[in-house]
Amino acid sequence: MPGFLLQRAGQALITILGVATLIFFVQRLTGDPTYLLVPETATRADIDALRHALGFDRPLFIQYLDFLADLARFDLGQSVVQRVPVTTIIASRLPYTLMLAAGALTVACGMGVPIGILLAVFRDRAVAKIAAGFVLAAQSMPTFWSGILMIMVFSVLLGWLPPSSTGDIWNLVMPSFALGLLSMATFARITRSALLDELSKDYARTARSRGARMPRLLLRHIARNASIPLITVAALEISNLLAGAVIVETVFAWPGLGQVTVQAILARDFMIVQGVVLMGAFVTVALNLLSDVLYSVVDPRILLDGAR
Amino acid sequence: MSAVASPRPHPRQGFGLRRWWPLAIVALVVLAAIFAPWLAPYDPNQQNLIGRLKPPGTVSRAFHYWLGSDELGRDVLSRIIYGSRVSLVVAFASVILSGTVGTTLGMIAAYRRGWTETVVMRVVDVFLSIPAVLLAIITVAVLGPSLVNVILVLALTRWPRYARIAYSQTLSVATMPYVRLAALMGAGATRVLFRHVLPNIIGAVSVVATLEFGLMVLFEAGLSFLGLGVQPPTASWGSMLSTGRNYVATAWWVATLPGLCLFVLVLAVNLTGDAVRDRLDPRFR
Repeated sequence: MPGFLLQRAGQALITILGVATLIFFVQRLTGDPTYLLVPETATRADIDALRHALGFDRPLFIQYLDFLADLARFDLGQSVVQRVPVTTIIASRLPYTLMLAAGALTVACGMGVPIGILLAVFRDRAVAKIAAGFVLAAQSMPTFWSGILMIMVFSVLLGWLPPSSTGDIWNLVMPSFALGLLSMATFARITRSALLDELSKDYARTARSRGARMPRLLLRHIARNASIPLITVAALEISNLLAGAVIVETVFAWPGLGQVTVQAILARDFMIVQGVVLMGAFVTVALNLLSDVLYSVVDPRILLDGAR
Repeated sequence: MSAVASPRPHPRQGFGLRRWWPLAIVALVVLAAIFAPWLAPYDPNQQNLIGRLKPPGTVSRAFHYWLGSDELGRDVLSRIIYGSRVSLVVAFASVILSGTVGTTLGMIAAYRRGWTETVVMRVVDVFLSIPAVLLAIITVAVLGPSLVNVILVLALTRWPRYARIAYSQTLSVATMPYVRLAALMGAGATRVLFRHVLPNIIGAVSVVATLEFGLMVLFEAGLSFLGLGVQPPTASWGSMLSTGRNYVATAWWVATLPGLCLFVLVLAVNLTGDAVRDRLDPRFR
């Protein structure tokens, strides 16, 4: 077990190094990143002073090593506009994004998994076809459009839900649905295909032929095996939800990381954008690692194969 | 020596009538984009400040607003028709670019093996571990928003999808006797890959490409919605939604109608993608 986990953790570290390198070089696509940080009205002297202060006039390799050293100390730099460490800004906004992601994941799993079961169990019946249509529609709907439609219907027309900002649980309802519907479609599709896969296997057929009814078959025999692809999807979807939050937070004026990123882009406060992207990537790598660990808990055979 | 063609699907697995309507919608949008100057009733950027935010069907001065007008009195119908150009151009170009780069790199990695494989597939892992939206946002923030940059950014963020599928498909195709024979008979790597391997993996790649196309339409609209896509006054469905958001209480049509077009186009593309997948890979049926 430790060997398997160490190997996966090592791979995750290499990926994180790769991600940091990629972000560092993306920043330098236009040559000098100083221009990303200064207002359009800045004078030549201002630009030179900032370039020197941030060390952008040093050799590229030295800057790269410095960047990595800062990251290793969890130092994401300072916001040029607000003059506050980026980690402080992220820490103040992160709870809102996590709250939104949790709401969206609840919607995605809470609707997606039952719909997926429906699609697999009632395969060619009308109810499955209607559910399939719903899944396809959810998959094709831009989050910013569904968000706007929800505001129009539930806030403007019916007055049931608050249109934006935070407050109580009611403020979370519409953003969670807007963000969660797309992932719901993914959960439904994966649940369906995982169940169909398992239902066609010998052990499931044997259980059925011995008289096991569908609910018992699903719960006792299939659930554990079918949950493996779902764990992968959950890990991927959580990181997608964090990324999708950028748009949904803009629609609903939700004060999370997405909103702060968009504001930072408009204010040319590049350090915040970079910090949020790096954090998003690290969270994704960490979630993938976590899903690897969870696999081995759900299916010990994976552990044995990995350790070999 | 000619390449072995993919097995032909059974005739009954073809596109039924039910499968044609999504393709017809996509074709309609493509035609609207091509013939926009003839189809659009007005110049999409022509303002009429007297006729601001007029509901569908209003007549104001020389304008007949079939689908209403926006905050500057511009005709929403004309802007929707012209906006389709941005969506389609960005989606086509980014899919072609990322598909070509990703497929080529994936094939090379699987065929060459060794360190080429390690480097390419590690880079793929790195790209796939950054949420695409975030990578796109940071890159546009660096390069600056424009049509060409949006295409480049989407290609940059999406090529690993094709690389991964091309890699796994090539791994199995490359062990086939006819591919080995071609190599033994002196065919170079380029000839083997493009004449013998590519025709056999193009089916799987095109399934990914069709599904990616819908996603690219959504990505472009999302970037434009955030102000990182095509810049005003050029009409794009995403930016129309973005401005329409400010008038949800008073002028529903400004945001609703471009959003509806976006939804219908992406739905049609996804249905077409499903049909292509069913046809090429009956396991998914």
